[in-house]
Order: sequence, then C-alpha cells, then structure tokens
Amino acid sequence: MDLPVLSCAASSGGDRTAGGCGTVSGALSHLPEPVRIKVQDHPCYSEEAHHYFARMHVAVAPACNIQCNYCDRKYDCANESRPGVASELLTPTQAVRKALAVAAAIPQMAVLGIAGPGDPLANPERTFETFRLLSEKAPDIKLCVSTNGLNLPEHVDEISRHNIGHVTITINCLDPEIGMRIYPWIFWRNRRIRGREAAAILIKQQQRGLAMLAERGILVKVNSVMIPGVNDEHLKEVSRAVKDKGAFLHNVMPLIAEAGHGSHYGIMGQRAPTAAELQTLQDACADNMPMMRHCRQCRADAVGLLGEDRSAEFVLDKLDFMSIDYDLAMSRRRETREAIIRRMEAGREDKRAPRVLTAETDAMTAIVAEQELPRLPLVPASCRPVLMAVATTGQGLINQHFGHAKEFLVYEASPAGVRFVGHRKTDLYCAGTEQRGEEDEEGRSAASILERTIAALSGCEVLLCAKIGYEPWSSLEAAGIQPNGEHAMEIIEDAVLAVYREMAVTGALAPVRQKYA
Amino acid sequence: MALSITEACINCWACAGVCPNQAIHADDPVFVIEPEKCTECMAEFPEAQCAAICPVECAIVDELGAALNPPGSLTGIPPARLRALSEAV
Repeated sequence: MDLPVLSCAASSGGDRTAGGCGTVSGALSHLPEPVRIKVQDHPCYSEEAHHYFARMHVAVAPACNIQCNYCDRKYDCANESRPGVASELLTPTQAVRKALAVAAAIPQMAVLGIAGPGDPLANPERTFETFRLLSEKAPDIKLCVSTNGLNLPEHVDEISRHNIGHVTITINCLDPEIGMRIYPWIFWRNRRIRGREAAAILIKQQQRGLAMLAERGILVKVNSVMIPGVNDEHLKEVSRAVKDKGAFLHNVMPLIAEAGHGSHYGIMGQRAPTAAELQTLQDACADNMPMMRHCRQCRADAVGLLGEDRSAEFVLDKLDFMSIDYDLAMSRRRETREAIIRRMEAGREDKRAPRVLTAETDAMTAIVAEQELPRLPLVPASCRPVLMAVATTGQGLINQHFGHAKEFLVYEASPAGVRFVGHRKTDLYCAGTEQRGEEDEEGRSAASILERTIAALSGCEVLLCAKIGYEPWSSLEAAGIQPNGEHAMEIIEDAVLAVYREMAVTGALAPVRQKYA
Repeated sequence: MALSITEACINCWACAGVCPNQAIHADDPVFVIEPEKCTECMAEFPEAQCAAICPVECAIVDELGAALNPPGSLTGIPPARLRALSEAV
C-alpha cells in the first residue's frame, strides 16, 4: 500500500445505495447485466458513462400539452441553459442532418434524445419521423425520449417500434392536491382542464405509461423537480412508487426559478432548494431507489458531454458548410466507443487498488484483479464524511484549471468509501478578465465571480483541480475550502480517497467538524 | 367569424396541430389564422382548440380583439405582479 493504513473500517456510512467502496457507478452496480450493458454508454443514465460519452438533444418538439409552474419555454435563446430552451427549432430532416454532423465531429456522442422544448409526445409526427429517419441513416446512435407522460400510454407501442431503449418521464407527484400546485392546466381530449382534475389525469397517465413501458422492457428513468414546500417531502413516496412500477433510476433535480426566466415560480418568488437540501433528499430516496445525481438539466438542443454545451458549433447555418462521410464516421465512432468501454472496464477493475491511470492500464488490470484489494478508505469508522469539489473536463480525471471550470463535481468521502453526490454550477472565473477590478461584458468583476463560486461550493472542504492561481487559492482557503493541485491528472476517486486519508492522518476528521488545514 | 393571433405568440406550434380546420400556419413574425377557414370551432368543439391549448395569455383574440385567455388566466401570476416587475426593470 502506498498510503498509511489506520484501520480497515467496515462499511459504516449507512446503507446508501449509492455508497459502496468507491465505485463510480455505485448507483447502478446492482443492476442486472443486460441493463448495465444497455446504459454503460448512456451519459444520462450512467454516472460513469457521463465522464466519457456525449449526448445531443434535437429541438424538434415545440408544442406542449401541459403547463408546469417551473417552465417558461424559449425558442430563440442562446444564453440560458435549462430545459425548455432552444436556439432554433428543427424539422426532422434538419435534425437528422445535425445529428450526422455531430456524430461525425464528436465520435463519443452515443445518444440522441428528443426532450422538447415542448413535450415530444405532444408533437408525435415530428418526434417519430426524426427517430425513423435517424435509425435509417445512423443505426449506431441510441435513441431516447423524455416526456411529461400525458400522452405516453397512446404512444408506448410506437416507442417500442422505433427501438427507443430509454424513456424519461417527469413525475413530480402522486397526489393531485400537490399536483395542482405544480400544474395549472393540461390540454386533454380537446379541453383545457385545470386544478385538481387536471393533476389527477396527468398523474394517472404518467403511472399507466410507466407501467406499460416497464412491461415492454423499456428502461425508464423518472425525473422529479424538487420544489421546497410543495413536493420535497412527497418525493420520497414518489421514489418508492415509481420503483414498484418498474422505473430503474430516479433523478431528483433542483427547481430552477429566477424571475428573469418568466416562470410562475420564478415570478412568484418560489425558492429553489439549497445543494445541501437536495443531497439530503437524494440520500433519503436512495434508501429505496438508485439515484441519478449527475443531471445538468440541459437545454432542448444541448450537444456534448453533460457539463459542456457545444450546440453553437452546430447551428443550421454552419451545417451547410460541413460535408460528412458517415461510413467513415461510423467506423471511427465504433473504435472510439470500444476504446472508452475498455477504458471504463479497466478503470472499474482499477478501483480495487488506487493507482494513477497510465498507458499500461490494460496490461495492469489482470494483475490488479488478482490481488483483489478492497478499496476501502481505511480510516477509523468514527471519521466524519467530507465533501470535496473537483474540476474536471471528463475522462474521470482531475484535469481542469480552477479558473476554467464552469462547474465542479462534488464527491463525498467517508469511512464507507467515495461516492459522487452532485455538481455545482459556477460562473467562469478566468475569462480573460482575471485582473481584479476589470469587468466582463456583463459587468461582473473577477472578484465577484470568485465570491459566487465560493458560495456555490458551500459545504465543500477541499477543492481538487489541475492548477489554480494564487489569488483564488487564498480566497478559497480563507473561506475554509482547501485548494489542492497535487493530484492533477489522477483518477478522481483515487485522489479524493488519498486526500481523505491524509486528512485522517492529520486529525482533521474528528467527528466534530473542524477546518481542514 | 374568426379568431386571430397577436404578437404575444411564441411560435410553439401547439395550435396548428389541434385546429380542426387546418386554418393555422407558421408565418413571420408569428403564426397566422386564415380567417376564411376559421370557424372558432363553433360546430366542432365546446372550446376553440387553439385557445384551449395556447400557453400564452392574450395571444388568441376574437374579432373584437378580446383575449380568449386574459392576463393571469393561464400562469396564475396576478397581472399586478407582472406590472410591478416590468416597472421595476
């Protein structure tokens, strides 16, 4: 062992499904093998895959058949990053042209989803025409669709005909009394229906649709928006119920509500949950159901890895200048996919013993596997858990400069192991205006951006990044967040574990919270 | 007798798909109802379908210019609140 062994503590951090001994894909590790293989390259279904594989949404579905109080759709917006927003609407033919261009330019793009900006099943012709054309031209791209569920039962057969392996249903409640505070109206059988009756119909359709998909063996993820004071406590019951009906993954997302977005909640001042409240609820739901915690609540036309958005590179005007040899692209995509899967498998084996990822990983895997080393943190069971923020551009490595990070992944280290618990969005600190006093085009100074970043990282005690400047270093330290650039290019979980052990050795993990120094 | 679409329209296509008379088409800057085809759904449905699905207040109006979905009727946001917000900006 290359690190000090204090005592080999047994799993003492509770029975969280997403816990386990440092498994990246802990939340999904219990899945039956065929399901695991189905999601292993789907960034929105597998936490592990989201470090490597990219996705794209095509905005072909503008119409919606319900109103949600958190939603305000925008069709020509380049700036906001949230569901319901897109820069330009596409016809099915345009969507396929775009998909082929993206697939050729980003060979790790594995999945095409239709998620709006309205409800895909309120635009069934456009949605299914897109899937039909795409499966003809690019059979190697996985298809998925996301819906509010109102029209789901009538389209389940068509979904299964188009070989759509993954469906996401947004289910915010089971109780119409709660539903009427989330959905002001639905369009149902040629009428606008409001209030309790509307919510009751929507809930019934969602539950029917979920059961029908599960019967047909289609993987269902359930998304829920956590709205403090409205459905937050209730979502534990939702989690249990959707698991019973056959959903395999639950994604509890925080409400996004800003007055500028124009949604009911935004304007009426409904607050969003804090990161700590979200994590507490996700942990409570995780007792029953695998939880997704890496969702970025992306736009209806997002392109790229989950944390990034490259949609601006593939707007219609630019597509005209791209020529694509899709057969060539397909063989490149196959090679890329196989290389990533090999690497993920090697990484999984690698979890048995902490080690830096190297070119020899493949050759080493067999040796490591033989040793069967448990990957426990090896700290006393009394040690308190610690949250650490990580700057990464993907590949599961600590490989990003602090100032270039638009978001940080958050990991929790505890005597039970290392687990991914979520991410925090920030403004870009280093955007060419790093000098104090200078302002970016929106009038924000580097100092105020740094302040907001520190606020976004509240609760985290360590920040792991590839590099960090002197000034942000001091500010983070002063705020009780220890920056650490010593683990650049290392595997995230290994580095988190190493730092956690170091903290144990220096006595920073006494059960009473104290500052890591 | 025909309904029409105002500039409040967000071009979401919802109305075009539910119109029983195929009277609605995309146009610039917003969708348009062809008056000679529009029946206000009088014979077909209890509610004009475009107005029953439209997500935006004041986007569908009758011949007198009266909104079928007046302010506050869809979002539940009191009009006074919206006025206060726009004055603050």
